Amino acid sequence: MIKLIINGNQIEVEENTTVLKAARELGIEIPTFCDDDRLSKQTSCRLCIVEVEGTDKLLTSCNLEVKEGMVVNTESEKVRIALKINLSLIWAGHPNDCMKCGKSGECKLQDYSFEYDVDAEPIYSVRKEAIAKNATNHFFEIDPDKCILCGKCVRICSEQVGVGALGFKNRGQETYVSFGNDNFEDAGCVSCGSCVSVCPTGALLNKTADKYRNWDVDKVRTTCSYCGVGCQMELVVHKGKIVRVDANEEGSNRGLLCVKGKYAFNFINHRDRLTTPLVRKNGKLVEATWEEAYAKINQKYLEFKGESNSFVGFSSARCTNEENYLFQKMFRQVFKTNNIDHCARL
Amino acid sequence: MIKSKAELMKKYQQTKDKIENRKGKIDLKKREVLVCTGTGCMSSKSKKIVANLEEAIAELNLDVEVHGTGCLGFCEKGPIVKIMPDDTFYSQVKVSEAKEIVTEHLLNNRIYTKKLYVNPLTKQKVEKTKDIPFYDNQVRIALRNCGFINAESIDEYIGTKGYQALELSLTKSPDEVIEVVKASGLRGRGGGGFPTGLKWSFAKNNTGQKYILCNADEGDPGAFMDRSILEGDPHAIIEAMAIGGYAIGANYGYVYVRAEYPHAVERLNIAIEQARAEGLLGENIFGTEFSYDMEIRLGAGAFVCGEETALIASIEGDRGMPKTKPPFPANKGLWDAPTIINNVETYAVIPQIILNGAEWFKKIGTEKSSGTKVFALGGKVKNTGLIEVPMGITLRKIIEEIGGGVTKGREFKAVLTGGPSGGCLTKDHLDEIVDFDRLTELGSMMGSGGMIVLDDFNCMVDIAKFYMDFIVDESCGKCTPCREGTAAIHKMLADITDGKATIADLVELEKLCKMVKSTSLCGLGQTAPNPVLSTLRYFKDEYLEHIEEKRCAAGVCDGLISELFITDKCIGCTLCAKNCPVSCIAGERKELHVIEKDKCILCKDCFTRCPVGAIITR
Ligand SMILES: Cc1cc2nc3c(=O)[nH]c(=O)nc-3n(C[C@H](O)[C@H](O)[C@H](O)COP(=O)(O)O)c2cc1C
Ligand code: SF4
Ligand code: SF4
Ligand code: SF4
Repeated sequence: MIKLIINGNQIEVEENTTVLKAARELGIEIPTFCDDDRLSKQTSCRLCIVEVEGTDKLLTSCNLEVKEGMVVNTESEKVRIALKINLSLIWAGHPNDCMKCGKSGECKLQDYSFEYDVDAEPIYSVRKEAIAKNATNHFFEIDPDKCILCGKCVRICSEQVGVGALGFKNRGQETYVSFGNDNFEDAGCVSCGSCVSVCPTGALLNKTADKYRNWDVDKVRTTCSYCGVGCQMELVVHKGKIVRVDANEEGSNRGLLCVKGKYAFNFINHRDRLTTPLVRKNGKLVEATWEEAYAKINQKYLEFKGESNSFVGFSSARCTNEENYLFQKMFRQVFKTNNIDHCARL
Repeated sequence: MIKSKAELMKKYQQTKDKIENRKGKIDLKKREVLVCTGTGCMSSKSKKIVANLEEAIAELNLDVEVHGTGCLGFCEKGPIVKIMPDDTFYSQVKVSEAKEIVTEHLLNNRIYTKKLYVNPLTKQKVEKTKDIPFYDNQVRIALRNCGFINAESIDEYIGTKGYQALELSLTKSPDEVIEVVKASGLRGRGGGGFPTGLKWSFAKNNTGQKYILCNADEGDPGAFMDRSILEGDPHAIIEAMAIGGYAIGANYGYVYVRAEYPHAVERLNIAIEQARAEGLLGENIFGTEFSYDMEIRLGAGAFVCGEETALIASIEGDRGMPKTKPPFPANKGLWDAPTIINNVETYAVIPQIILNGAEWFKKIGTEKSSGTKVFALGGKVKNTGLIEVPMGITLRKIIEEIGGGVTKGREFKAVLTGGPSGGCLTKDHLDEIVDFDRLTELGSMMGSGGMIVLDDFNCMVDIAKFYMDFIVDESCGKCTPCREGTAAIHKMLADITDGKATIADLVELEKLCKMVKSTSLCGLGQTAPNPVLSTLRYFKDEYLEHIEEKRCAAGVCDGLISELFITDKCIGCTLCAKNCPVSCIAGERKELHVIEKDKCILCKDCFTRCPVGAIITR
């Protein structure tokens, strides 16, 4: 174990811990755009700089390993000035449209700019040329003008998703996140949306017709119902409607989802979705109450009892495992039939 | 094949006399013609000169060999043709004059005076290279073979004791070799000045597959030291890398050269092939256990690819983007293997250190910066070119004696070292010595060897802006401070040169420069503000003049020039009036001239022409 002091607080952490993580253990959140536990170190946003006693350099804490007796200051005057300049530089090339941006309220650039008093009127002028939005993906779009080049999307796609659809193109200020001929399909993208999940700004955002503000939603933690992995997710609910699915980083999926978990939620609020049981009356399926439906099943059961081949049960992959278990149990044990199937074909 | 010391020495004996004769140390009664076929002279058709010389010699049936050599340094006076062992130096030779040189000098034994160099001080024609002041204060170690041997002949290299240092190293233990390099005090010539022997020992202490790399990216604008060494003495680099490979335990090397150096690549390739054919590269070199081979990797010419981690990424086939250190390449470099990377010039002196001993090298230069340094001397000096001087020489000696002083009698203003990572020094520093530490103390740096002299026609703000413009284009874009910060600095400088800045902006500028310096990821960003900070340190007045008086005394910043005006310093020489493209200058000979303001197109032709500096901008 290593003892060190961060902002006057003593802490003891494991060897090889980074200063950034040690600080986190103390509840001190050092700002960073590009650091992510799941990804290789890029050390490029330079926001996680700290002052360490004994050196007058500013060091990035995301790749700085703790040392015995280290005295770290994450809030010194020097650090704050550098951070304010760093953020002001980004702001200088960033569209000033937080009021319209779908990321507002959850945007790290916005949060840090608030924390470090970045002025709304840019104090610097950088010679950035606007790059058009790219909407070639069905589910999301990328706005390079809002990209701060943290490279998280690039790294998650290649290091975690294993697709490697994204990369950087050009250099200097002309650098942008690129993908096969600037078309997501050419890039082999599987539309898992992991890049969208990690993007700290509004550069990568879902396409959506829903208008909502991020402080106006409820988040419901749940398990994805599509397959057996059990990915953890948060349903983002606005006025009773699911408007987005966020991946949860604590589950075994560690913040990743597949295209179904991330984007195939529209059926929930779809107008064609069945919300009541249907019962066939005069050759036509019509909406009914559960009482009616159960009565019908009961009646048919008594009518054909003993003729096991007369029964068939069909359930849905949208039900939970437990529900499906009970369903097949009932058909096998009560209706005495093996005619049972479900629609898990997605 | 050369598989033993005896075989090497045999080959050495075969060409040694020819080399000694060329030096004039023995007399074989045989003359040779050396023609610089480095990139500089080649662009003035020196290859054609070689062909014409050979043709004329053949016609006359003379027993004279013509050799294409590397750069002789005095590029200002190229193409250069030398007759050896006479040491006759013909400058600015034209293709059409090759034949006359042959008949005059080689056939009739008369000096072809038309093409002799004229000493600008004495106005005398100078016959021999050794009497040319440009070469006076130079000590050639890295460049010792450049311009002296046929760069495409391994035999000639061996004739200058080539590959003997490798042979000698293989009789020592790797630790002993490293000790010699350490004791010599050699520091990396790529800019950082890190002790080479120490760096080698880091890699030596690691195990497993290792690599040795040569950094020939040379991205500093205006610098061409490394190119010239590769073009003039490619075998020295091969030999040194093999020595390094042996010392650290690497069996493979790469030379990373920018693709814009086709001639250097060609010569290096020829040399690698020759060394392989002789068994000096490959398995069991000199019959020992040591095997080593190497190849060239071409870079696409990005400045940042000279940064070692970016260079390694580029060799690996990735984007040339730097990574944070640690880990240092000596521990985790190319394909994660321990890797040593050194500059071309660093390698070029290593065989000499091994052969002549650490003490010999240490005696040259200063205590903490031993040896020599090659500079590409350029800008407003009379003699531009490639020079090699002992560390510790004064700036004055370089600029006034070797460089022949500032051009056209203008006034010296500053000298820039370290290129886009360095800074400027002023006339108050002319008697300062040149070595790693002193230059850093003065707020500039050694850099890789660009040295640009400025006169009073250069605006320091404009120079800072020029370098920042370069950096904005060359920043890899990975980290925020460099990517955005340098662009913001550039814009602030542009505001100053356009007369749009305030004093408050100057404070912000300095603050921003310090932030970029202290928080950028790699050396490129960390040093990028240096030209601004150092011009601010020594030429703050000039910044203030731009901001407060909206005036650029050097007449460079167009945004601040609304009028050219002839002061009463005018001597009426009529030079300005004769050359004005719109004929808006009036005046009689020996009388004050006047510019007709409304007609003047502000081309500044008169301003740069006036011999007495009577014309000012305002
Ligand atoms: C932006 C940048 C550009 C560089 N360019 C070069 C170069 O062109 N040639 C070179 O030898 N070193 C260059 N360097 C230095 C190298 O990173 C490295 O330190 C050097 O090659 C080590 O060799 P040395 O110890 O022999 O000097 C550069 C460094 C930076 C930060
Ligand atoms: S959606 Fe998934 S596969 Fe497509 S680019 Fe993003 S991370 Fe890669
Ligand atoms: S798109 Fe988002 S995640 Fe990707 S580099 Fe830009 S800011 Fe980072
Ligand atoms: S300092 Fe500049 S060149 Fe170096 S990593 Fe950052 S952006 Fe790239």
